[in-house]
Amino acid sequence: MTVAVEMQDITKTFPGVVANDRVNLVVKKGEIHALLGENGAGKTTLMNILYGLYRPDRGKIFVQGKEVKIDGPATAIKLGIGMVHQHFMLVPSLTVAENIVLGRERTKNGILLDKKRIISEIREFCDKYKLSVDPLAPVYTLPVGVQQRVEILKALYRGAEILVLDEPTSVLTPQEVDELFKAIRALKEQGKTVIFISHKLREVLAICDRITVLRRGKVVGTVDAKRTSPGKLAEMMVGRRVLFRFKKKPVKVKPVVLKVEGLKALDDRNLPALKGVTFDVHAYEILGIAGVEGNGQTELVEVLTGLRKPLEGRIILGGVDITNFSPKKRIEQGISHIPEDRHKRGLILDFSVMENLILGSHYRPPFANGRLRLDYEEASKYAKKLIEDFSIKTPSENTISRHLSGGTQQRVIVAREFSRGPKLIIASQPTRGLDVGATEYVRKKIVEMRDNGCAVVLISADLDEIRSLSDRVAVMYEGKIVAIKDPRTSEREFGLLMAGGKRVR
Amino acid sequence: MSGKGTDKTGPALGEELISGIKGVLPEVIAISVAFLVGAVILLITGYSPLSAYWSLFMGAFGDKFGIGQTLTQATPIIFTGLAFTFAFRSGLFNIGTEGQFLVGAFFAALAGISFKNLPFFIHIPLALLAGIVGGCLWGLIPAVLKAKLGAHEVITTMMLSYVALYVTGYMVNYPFKAPGWVAQTVVIESSAELPRILPPTQLSVSLFIGLLCAWVVYYLLWKTTIGYEIRAVGFNPPAAESGGISISTRMILALVISGGIAGLGGAGEVLGVHRRFIEGFSPGYGWDGIAVALVGRLHPVGVALASILFGALRAGGMVMTRATGVPLDIAIMLQALIILFIAAPMLVKRYLMRGRLGW
Repeated sequence: MTVAVEMQDITKTFPGVVANDRVNLVVKKGEIHALLGENGAGKTTLMNILYGLYRPDRGKIFVQGKEVKIDGPATAIKLGIGMVHQHFMLVPSLTVAENIVLGRERTKNGILLDKKRIISEIREFCDKYKLSVDPLAPVYTLPVGVQQRVEILKALYRGAEILVLDEPTSVLTPQEVDELFKAIRALKEQGKTVIFISHKLREVLAICDRITVLRRGKVVGTVDAKRTSPGKLAEMMVGRRVLFRFKKKPVKVKPVVLKVEGLKALDDRNLPALKGVTFDVHAYEILGIAGVEGNGQTELVEVLTGLRKPLEGRIILGGVDITNFSPKKRIEQGISHIPEDRHKRGLILDFSVMENLILGSHYRPPFANGRLRLDYEEASKYAKKLIEDFSIKTPSENTISRHLSGGTQQRVIVAREFSRGPKLIIASQPTRGLDVGATEYVRKKIVEMRDNGCAVVLISADLDEIRSLSDRVAVMYEGKIVAIKDPRTSEREFGLLMAGGKRVR
Repeated sequence: MSGKGTDKTGPALGEELISGIKGVLPEVIAISVAFLVGAVILLITGYSPLSAYWSLFMGAFGDKFGIGQTLTQATPIIFTGLAFTFAFRSGLFNIGTEGQFLVGAFFAALAGISFKNLPFFIHIPLALLAGIVGGCLWGLIPAVLKAKLGAHEVITTMMLSYVALYVTGYMVNYPFKAPGWVAQTVVIESSAELPRILPPTQLSVSLFIGLLCAWVVYYLLWKTTIGYEIRAVGFNPPAAESGGISISTRMILALVISGGIAGLGGAGEVLGVHRRFIEGFSPGYGWDGIAVALVGRLHPVGVALASILFGALRAGGMVMTRATGVPLDIAIMLQALIILFIAAPMLVKRYLMRGRLGW
């Protein structure tokens, strides 16, 4: 096999950071090659160098065996390199076809677009690469997964032989991921080379031929996908062994903490989102809620935390009917909440770490004693303790939260919510977007809280996460709990239930 | 972790001042550029920039009288600037400080006229309180409209400003008109007069009330639970809500307090400067307050400083016109240029940031 891309000794520094440190990468023609690493490991930087967006400080690049200087994306495209970024660069109001030909418009008499020819050309393209898109649809009407296909088609239309996909699955639903993988395999069959950037072990193992692991800007190694395991890869990424299974304390007596009865609620468009949800959660228990996103999980969390009013049903926490309690009163009753969107609901990004850590207890002793004054000195002491206890990597408690990394921000939320002494924790997508190290930490903490007697409701789109952490798993489909299962139930059976299939006997 | 900067808890006033002085460089540059552009325009129109600016400066700060005039002009906009700042911190654009200022002024005038034979130490606080109440009331209306009906405060506060302007105008033209040609109330009782501090200028104790108000705003916003909650709502309403803070009650409170501050400013003008409510006595102090708040970076200390700058431009401008024949419009234009160079870019930046984080 010939080599499609070789990068030798690539070094790239940004002020204060070495993003790439003497990186060597060899990608063979016709393979699917993964660049695996935690957030900030230097994967995207390396590929931005290949695509001509950054100039390396040092190092050589060879494409199809010839040394090249890539001084901009135009050069990269000429060399047959295409890149699909994490954030798409499409014009929403234009059609798919218009987006694809943008900058390379084929014209009649030099002025008018030759629409017919363009469209038939694109149709051919779609068939060839098994990427089904309607060329006439305006881009803004398309779901994210389809927009991504348009990006890929755009790169192919420009003659890409080597296609770089930057974290392509981070925006997709599980079904869309399957579609994307089919397309990537089709590309491979057509002889294209694919570089797949990811921090998700399972995906990389599922689709790639070879894997290059980066850690802190350096290459840890390149391995054959068939001769490695998730454990080994995680160890390479993080630099130490990573826990995937957590030992949980066995407990016999488990009093009921939360009882939910016949909960019904509408979504933001006033359509029924919850259609009679009933379940209970016990102390020393993690109840996982599995399901494809958009089946009422978000609304369920909002109703439980008091952010959305239910139409019907009751919520009983520790014997107290809290159905009509405000969010504040629910916090006082011992509900902690890790919101699914940490920037929207979890943190006030312009507040300092300290101010965020006291949110929700800021009006209570020791921070306030019924009087007007907020005791920032107490808050500071408290924040320092939490920063220590939860190893929050921040220069100081007065640092503005916006300046922290995503994983650190999540730690701030976890620290705040878990130190409040909750009876019930509602954790919604608690590890979304976090790298392996941060994910492991958050999961460990959740299990720890459960072992200390907390009841936990865990909502996650990641079935592996649900199965590895939960004591029981409820499957949600179209606003209802369709089954409550043992976490050891097979993945296939969960899959069927999540897709709305009848119970498997 | 240790070290000078982080030992203190919360943003201490002194610390903010120090970092503020370092941080005001963009403002200093912007103000210099505004004066430079002004100089070019002066040159084009045939005046000497040096002598114009010199008389402007001397008029504003050259003697006791000038300083008195500057501070007199600065006083009302300290209040309206603080009012705008306070509401802004909860995420609201209180464009209507002018209306709250006028209603406060009118209420204070009524209190000053109506109560007879009160000792000054009761009458003055009472009249000031009336001003606060008037302003609060004028802030409460848009606040409730916002919380209950979702009516946008930019529209409602601005429209209520005109309502205030014409209703108070009606009041002093008909029911409360003093005998004579001018649309004004009778003079307030002397027991309600705020003492003047730098005669013959009209500078009154209201200046100190304004500075005290700046301190109170600072304390409220950065040292109390209510301020914490108001700022939380201002930065990120959904996250504040998740933290158990009621968005609507905090917004209502912020707008009511904002109105109260503006109303107190109006009261200060009536009780300290004019001693009666005269139709059209405010040349747009409320609108100036918005500019002052933005130039002062929405911080009480900045607001106070920016108010003095704007006061100096007004007071010095008049002297400049008299001494050099340069039209007063040049001083107004300088003010506009400063706003253009400081406030506009900042407002745009804030707005964009908000939009980006909205989701």
